[in-house]
Amino acid sequence: MLLKLLLGIWMVAVIVAAFLFAPPAQGFAEPEAARIIFFHVPLAMVAALAFVIAMVYAAKYLSRRDLMDDIKSSISAELGLVFAILATATGSLFARVQWGSWWNWDPRETSIVILMLVYAAYFALRAATESAEKRAALSAVYAILALPPMILLIFVVPRVMASLHPSDTLTSGGLSTQYRLVLYPAALGFLGLYVWLFKIKTALAEVRLKLGRY
Amino acid sequence: MLAATRFKPSSTESPAHSTAPPGPTEMLRRSAAVFQKDVTCEFRTRYAVNAIALFAITTLFAVSFAVGGAGISQTVQSSLLWIIIYFSGMSGLSRAFVREEEARTASALRLAAAPGAVFGGKLLFNLVLLAGLEAVTVPLFVGMMGLQVSGWPLFVSVLALGSAGLAVAATIVAAIVSRANAKGALFAVLSFPILLPLLIGAIHGTQAALESAKFSAGMQDVKLLVSYTGVMFIVSILVFKFVWED
Repeated sequence: MLLKLLLGIWMVAVIVAAFLFAPPAQGFAEPEAARIIFFHVPLAMVAALAFVIAMVYAAKYLSRRDLMDDIKSSISAELGLVFAILATATGSLFARVQWGSWWNWDPRETSIVILMLVYAAYFALRAATESAEKRAALSAVYAILALPPMILLIFVVPRVMASLHPSDTLTSGGLSTQYRLVLYPAALGFLGLYVWLFKIKTALAEVRLKLGRY
Repeated sequence: MLAATRFKPSSTESPAHSTAPPGPTEMLRRSAAVFQKDVTCEFRTRYAVNAIALFAITTLFAVSFAVGGAGISQTVQSSLLWIIIYFSGMSGLSRAFVREEEARTASALRLAAAPGAVFGGKLLFNLVLLAGLEAVTVPLFVGMMGLQVSGWPLFVSVLALGSAGLAVAATIVAAIVSRANAKGALFAVLSFPILLPLLIGAIHGTQAALESAKFSAGMQDVKLLVSYTGVMFIVSILVFKFVWED
C-alpha cells in the first residue's frame, strides 16, 4: 500500500520533470522529441531485466521443482512483454520524428522484436502443454535456451551491423547532468512499477495455487 | 573413480546402465548407436528425407522461376539461399524426436540410452540430414541462380558452421516441441527467435564470400557462428535432461 502511494507520487514527479525540468535537447530533428528517452530507455531496460528475472526463476524451478517459481517466471515474462511492447511503441514514434520512418530494422529494433517473439513463443508453448509440471519444465528450458541468442543479438550483432542507436551515451558522459537527473529517477520509477505489479500478480497466483485453481 | 574405469581392460563389455560416468569415447559410441537406430528407422519410411528434399527443391524452383534471369544483388542471393535452407530444415528436423512420441517408443529409448547419448544421436542424425540437403540444394542453387562465388573457402565454412548451429538449435527445440501438444506449428515459431543471430551471421558471411575472395572479409561472421554453435551446444546438453526425463 505504501509502495503504491510512493510509486504514484514518484512517477508523477518524474513525468513533470521530464516535461518541465529537462531542457529541449540540441542536435535533434525536433528538440522537444528528445524527452521521450525518459520513457523509452527505462521501458527497454525493464523489459530486458524482466526477461533475465524470468530466466532466473526458470532455472530455480528446474533445480527446486517448486511450482511457485514457474508461476513467478511466467509473471515476469508477461510483464516483460508489456514493457517491451511499450518500449517498441515509444521507439517507433521517436524513429518517425527523428529518422523519418516508423521502422528501420536497426539492430536495436531487431533485438527488441526478437525479444517480443521469444515472449510470444514462450506463451504459445505454455498454452500448448496441459500438465502443469510439464508446462513448467518445457517453458523453463525454453527461457534458458533463449538467453544466449538474446545476448548475442544485444551485444554482438550491433558490432557486426551498423546501428542508428547510440551505444555508449550513458557510459561515456554524452548525456547532460539535467538529463541524468531525470533519466535515473525515471528508470527507478519504472523498476518500482515492475516490482509492484510483480508482487500483486504473485500474491494473486499464490492464493489461486492454494485454492487449487491454477 | 574415473581412473579406475580407465584402467579396465577394454575387452570387458560394460553394461549400458553402469553407474560410472561414461568417458567421451564411450559417449560417442552410444550416440552413434542411437544415430544408427534413427537411420534405420528413417529408411523404413524415408519421411524426413522426402519432406526436406522435396520442400527444398520446390522452394528452389519457385525462387529460381520467380527471379528468372534478372540480375539480383548478392544480398538478396545470400538471403534467399539461407531462407531455403532454414525452411527446408524446419520441415524435417523435428522428425527425430516427434517420431519417438508418435510411435510411442520414447519410453523404451529413455530406458535404453542415457540422455546425453540420445541428444548426441539425434544431433548427428540432423547434421547428416542437413548436410545431405545442402549437398543437393547448394550446387543446384549456384547453378540455377548463376551465383558468382568469389571466396570458396569462406563460402563453404559459413555453410558448414551455419548448418552445425542450425542442427544444434533445431535438435533441442524439436525435443521441447515433441513433448508439447501442437507439434507442427510450434516448431518454426519456437525456432525462429533462437536461430535469428545465426541467420544474421550466416547471411552476412555468405554475402561476404560472394563479394570478396579474402577469408578475412567474413571473419567476424565466422566468429559469430562459432560462438553461437558452441554456446548453444553446451546449453542444450545441460538442459536436455530436463526436457527428456519427466
